[in-house]
Amino acid sequence: MSSSGLLVPRGGGSGRLVLPPGEAARQVIGEVLADLHSGQHRGVVVDSPPGAGKSTLVVRAAGELAEAGEPLIVIAQTNEQVDDLIDRLAQAKPELPIGRLSANDYTATDRIKNYSTVRVAAKVADLGGSSVIIGTAAKWALVPEGRWPWAIVDEAYQMRSDALLRVAGRFDRALFVGDPGQLDPFSTVETERWTGLTWDPMQSAVAALLRHNPELPVHRLPVSWRLPASAAPVVAEAFYPFTGFSAGTTAGQRSLSFAAAGFGGGAVDEALEMAATTGWALYELPARHTLRTDSEAAAACARLALRVLERGAVAVSERSPGGAPVTADRIAVGAAHRDQVAAIRAQLGAAGAGITVDTANRLQGREYDVVIVLHPLSGRRDATSFHLEAGRLCVLVSRHRHACVVVARAGISELLDAHPSTEAVHLNVPVKFPDGWEANQSLLGHIAAHRGMTSPHLT
Amino acid sequence: MTSISMGTSRNTAERLATIRGGAKPKRHNARTIAALTRNPGCARRAVLDTAGVDKQRLAAYIDFPARFGQSGFAIARGNAFESQVKASGAAELVKLLRERLGLPIPEVAYDDLETVTGREKETPEVRYARSRALLLRAAAGEDGAGTLFDHPLLGLDVAGQRVYLEPDLIAFQHEGRFHVVEIKSFAVVDGQADPGKVSAAAIQSAVYVLAMRQMLAEAGYDPEIVAHDVVLICPRDFSNSPTAVLVDVRKQLAVLRRQLGRMTKVDTMLAALPPNLTFDLAPDADGVPTRAPEALVDALQTVDARYAPDCLSVCELAYFCRAEARGCTAALGTSAREELGGIEQVETALALAKGELSPAEEQTEAAALLRNAARLRAELLAPAGVTLPPTLAPAGTSVAGAAG
Amino acid sequence: MSTLTALARAEAVAAGHAQRITTVRHLHVSDRPLVFLPLSMAGEANAPLGALVGTDPVEPKLLVVPQPRNRDQRFGFAAELAEVLLPYLDSFRGVTEAVAANRGREVRYRYVDAPQVLVPNSAGIGFVRLFGRSTRFRRTDGDYPVHPSVPLLGQWLTFLADRAEHPGSGMLLAMTEALGLHWATGQSALEDAHLAALLAWIDPGDGLTGADAAVVAEDPLRWPPAGPATDPTFDNEILAPAMTAYEEAAASGEEVRRSRARGVLEEAVRSQLTPTWELMWRGVSLLRRLPAGARVDGRWAEDRDVFSNFTLYVDGGGYPQPRRDGAVNAAQRLHRLERALQSYAVQRAYDDPLVMADHRLTGEAFVGEVTLADPHRIDDSGKRRVLRPRIQVTTGDVVLVTVGAVLHSPSRPGQKARVVFVTPDLSTGQTDVVLELSGGLGRSLSPAPGSVPEVGDRLCYTTLSDSFMPPGEFPSREETPWTHGGPPQAYEEPVAPSVEDAREEWA
Ligand code: SF4
Repeated sequence: MSSSGLLVPRGGGSGRLVLPPGEAARQVIGEVLADLHSGQHRGVVVDSPPGAGKSTLVVRAAGELAEAGEPLIVIAQTNEQVDDLIDRLAQAKPELPIGRLSANDYTATDRIKNYSTVRVAAKVADLGGSSVIIGTAAKWALVPEGRWPWAIVDEAYQMRSDALLRVAGRFDRALFVGDPGQLDPFSTVETERWTGLTWDPMQSAVAALLRHNPELPVHRLPVSWRLPASAAPVVAEAFYPFTGFSAGTTAGQRSLSFAAAGFGGGAVDEALEMAATTGWALYELPARHTLRTDSEAAAACARLALRVLERGAVAVSERSPGGAPVTADRIAVGAAHRDQVAAIRAQLGAAGAGITVDTANRLQGREYDVVIVLHPLSGRRDATSFHLEAGRLCVLVSRHRHACVVVARAGISELLDAHPSTEAVHLNVPVKFPDGWEANQSLLGHIAAHRGMTSPHLT
Repeated sequence: MTSISMGTSRNTAERLATIRGGAKPKRHNARTIAALTRNPGCARRAVLDTAGVDKQRLAAYIDFPARFGQSGFAIARGNAFESQVKASGAAELVKLLRERLGLPIPEVAYDDLETVTGREKETPEVRYARSRALLLRAAAGEDGAGTLFDHPLLGLDVAGQRVYLEPDLIAFQHEGRFHVVEIKSFAVVDGQADPGKVSAAAIQSAVYVLAMRQMLAEAGYDPEIVAHDVVLICPRDFSNSPTAVLVDVRKQLAVLRRQLGRMTKVDTMLAALPPNLTFDLAPDADGVPTRAPEALVDALQTVDARYAPDCLSVCELAYFCRAEARGCTAALGTSAREELGGIEQVETALALAKGELSPAEEQTEAAALLRNAARLRAELLAPAGVTLPPTLAPAGTSVAGAAG
Repeated sequence: MSTLTALARAEAVAAGHAQRITTVRHLHVSDRPLVFLPLSMAGEANAPLGALVGTDPVEPKLLVVPQPRNRDQRFGFAAELAEVLLPYLDSFRGVTEAVAANRGREVRYRYVDAPQVLVPNSAGIGFVRLFGRSTRFRRTDGDYPVHPSVPLLGQWLTFLADRAEHPGSGMLLAMTEALGLHWATGQSALEDAHLAALLAWIDPGDGLTGADAAVVAEDPLRWPPAGPATDPTFDNEILAPAMTAYEEAAASGEEVRRSRARGVLEEAVRSQLTPTWELMWRGVSLLRRLPAGARVDGRWAEDRDVFSNFTLYVDGGGYPQPRRDGAVNAAQRLHRLERALQSYAVQRAYDDPLVMADHRLTGEAFVGEVTLADPHRIDDSGKRRVLRPRIQVTTGDVVLVTVGAVLHSPSRPGQKARVVFVTPDLSTGQTDVVLELSGGLGRSLSPAPGSVPEVGDRLCYTTLSDSFMPPGEFPSREETPWTHGGPPQAYEEPVAPSVEDAREEWA
């Protein structure tokens, strides 16, 4: 048995660092699969930083287990994730009968309907003959009986412990895959009654799992295939300070350029040029305390996104070495709050209809070429734990394949300086890293060097 | 990286002395250092703390006394619990450490560095030197170097000045590794304790960890030999028997480093203040202050504050600053201020809400929100005939008005 | 805090007294609440020092513990408290009513009324919880026997503290929270936790502004803290000498001296509690003057259900509640609390236009006038022709609902309204929303009279829905999965208290 993640130093093992990225990733996947097949562990955990090939791993593991004749279920967190997985699995294993467990009122999306191998039903009994049954955790929680030898739990760090408790009776063994750096699950209920308990229902499923089964192997995918070489080290340092990861591509493999010259765009174009050449840009607005729905900032986000379209951005990457146009569906704008999302969408208007605008929570797991981020602390007078949460910022700045433009009011670093430390401390609750304050500071330190030349408010 | 840079120039030191006036700098302990992290955005507090002004005394003198009294019962209980844990060579403590840290602690030497007879008059410097010598011997793993060190006097640089910490800890050493042990008398009931109290204990322990690490680093040792897990000893459930819990203070250490680091930047803050600023109470020969309280109030007002209701539980000047902040939205709490669109003054917010004031450019969005809110309140409260119930209390001092 | 509440706080500053933030009362207020004001000794873990308790505003019962560190006296206090509390609880076990259960197939009974205990603040609820914890495992035999009422008291206190966590329950309330739900003061939420200061804002008294009255109310000499923590100065200057005097007197063996010393001690404790006692009843009458919201009774009926069930559990010799929730229990409870919280929030908005206004301000609800109506519209695009009336509502509110969203109107339960068009008119600031209605229209292809809003009707539509949410399924405790530690240990199971439990060492 070569690996047990807990025994291997979290740096990834000495020899691994010198391996080419593809090789290093393959090695980890090999170890994960070996752990699964060994039958020695009831559970195997795989930590997957942004874009590290989590879905590839899930699809591969599902395919291998199913082909080995092990009936298998897959538990995802949202319907969209379920459809994604089915789409990929059906492509990878065209012969494999797949069942989609759905709510009664679910209507199959187009991408699911096209596969003859996929059956959709609201009851497990109606999915007989499927080698793999895929559904959301909420749906699985309503399945009263049946026990499968294997389960794959996808986005397990987004899942709450109580949701795992409700479905864990359905499987003997499981592979848990997810990104530990993203947003923790939460509850609207405020109570401290369970803090400190190993089965605290408000923690993440993986946290509960590992507190009860500390001997389980934990692997870590070492390479991000999404984040470009300009972003991987920055995101790794700020949000994965103890484990790290590297970019799977080199700076030379990715580039972003514009078909139309930036003429008359002023600061917006400068920010885009900066982002195109360095992968990052900080579009800084003059310091001001604003409402959450700061219209100037919302307008800036919209203008930046639209300008990417207007100028006909072209992305060159290992997937399309000849360059592919950055269409509206390859652009996203991310913010912390729903009302900010609404304000930005309003500013985008019809011209930006195809551009994704969403909150960090809903952007988890998604990928774009260019992402515009409204900084959660922009214009704020006080930082709150919500706005400081490391996972929130991490999601926002780790969705892009090419460039990320952060829109923010000046003054965030003063805001961080003045932030009182009043965090309550609970006994027997593992401390979570990275600290939101430190993560914010680290990221800010990096992007501050990527300001445009002119101050945007002069234009 | 535990050392704190000392950037304070001589000039600054002199200014700080002026600000403090004739009085001796207020002595720091782990609690006062921990308190530095509670409102770091407040320049008023930063100046007073850096200069070592006695805020409690100042607040009382300007007639806004702080209400941080401590009950004798609580003190007695704390002392009783502590001496119980430390009785007979800290027998209970050692038992807990064995269980909790899973260490095969063989024999235990217990050194109390405070109560060595004949040494009560020692200066802090001498006591610090003695603590240092003993702890370094232990770090070097010398034979018979001791296991438990009670009340070691530690030092820390705060804003460029050496301060000695009132020692209220035990340092525990085993095979060259140290743990800070804190004894607190709040109860741990079924594994839970008051998070506010645990948080206070954690940051105080972090001060000790930081000071010990700094001392060891200066002597060339790896500072990490002081564990970031501190041992918290508390009464279990409703009993007197102690229980031990490990508390990870890495976050607190980071916060402290940050704040202590910032205090050295006091120069820029001082540059903005009048050169003759002082909080000297000018006591006469009997120690009775002679300076007019109004002069001190004036002096306070030259330094910007950043009042928030939280100040009431963390800063001695809170009642003064609260009175000063009357009419500011900040006094209503940070979330209320935010919901009012960040408008500073209550009056302004209301005038904007009623449309009596035309908003400045940066207030337009807030004004629209407030007008909308005011419209809804007016629409819904007027027809419903909702008015304040008439005063129930009879005139006069009695407010007794039992259910009618 | 919502913008409306923040604005009310600002208005309170200007007006000099608290402002209403609801048009109705969202809590049940009992005709016969029991007010409980516990005091605990500083530095100790929940050691009672005394209490005022009772249902009669003019005749509270005073309980005093001369030496709170003494174990016997502590449980003596518990027994005395039980003498007041248990008969109070029992007094609600008279009349029952029949309720249809299980879709009308069964009938169960619940009491027509239930107890309501009021404490001054959330720390008071904490006291109830901890005192319940320290008494419910006591045994009536063995080394440290206690009066049989003590463990029973512990079970009930724990029950009440658990209810206090349940959103919308009115069985154990903190007065500061009950008042704060209905009034906004001109001070911060932190300062509102001080009952005297909060009431000073709501009802400042002659010639005073709320701000001035609140400053007076913060003076511990005029208004001692509402507990359970005492004023340190009182501890040091009054209580400590009185305790010492009592101890000496008790040790002297002179009964007269002892009883005089006890009298002094009692007066000291009473002096700290009486002002708060009066404040509590003032709070009760303030609350009583507010008209109750329409759904308050429904929530109180749930409380009565839960009370009725727990009496059965206790009567059946049920074990004391476990120290901590086991894994399954915790998950189930969280699920219950989340559902209750959501329905409580929706119900308050449905009951109270001022609460709904919070949602109007954030664009999740709007109020407008019906400007067009097509009540007979038939949708024949599907397999079956169905009645799908459309109405257009014109509103001046911010509308952030998206096309396709399903809305509900508080005044038309059971009817859904799907958003078809949203057309803002920038020149007038008004927005036209076209809604397609389904449900609650009757059975035929023409709408039942009154089932479709008419032109000119003023209506509120919102994304909030108070429709029933089915409860989730959970494994049994024995089936606790391996991911959560497997079947539970005794620690988190209700079991008979062991000798060990009863013997927990005491000071
Ligand atoms: S009370 Fe005043 S001096 Fe103290 S921290 Fe608050 S604002 Fe600053």
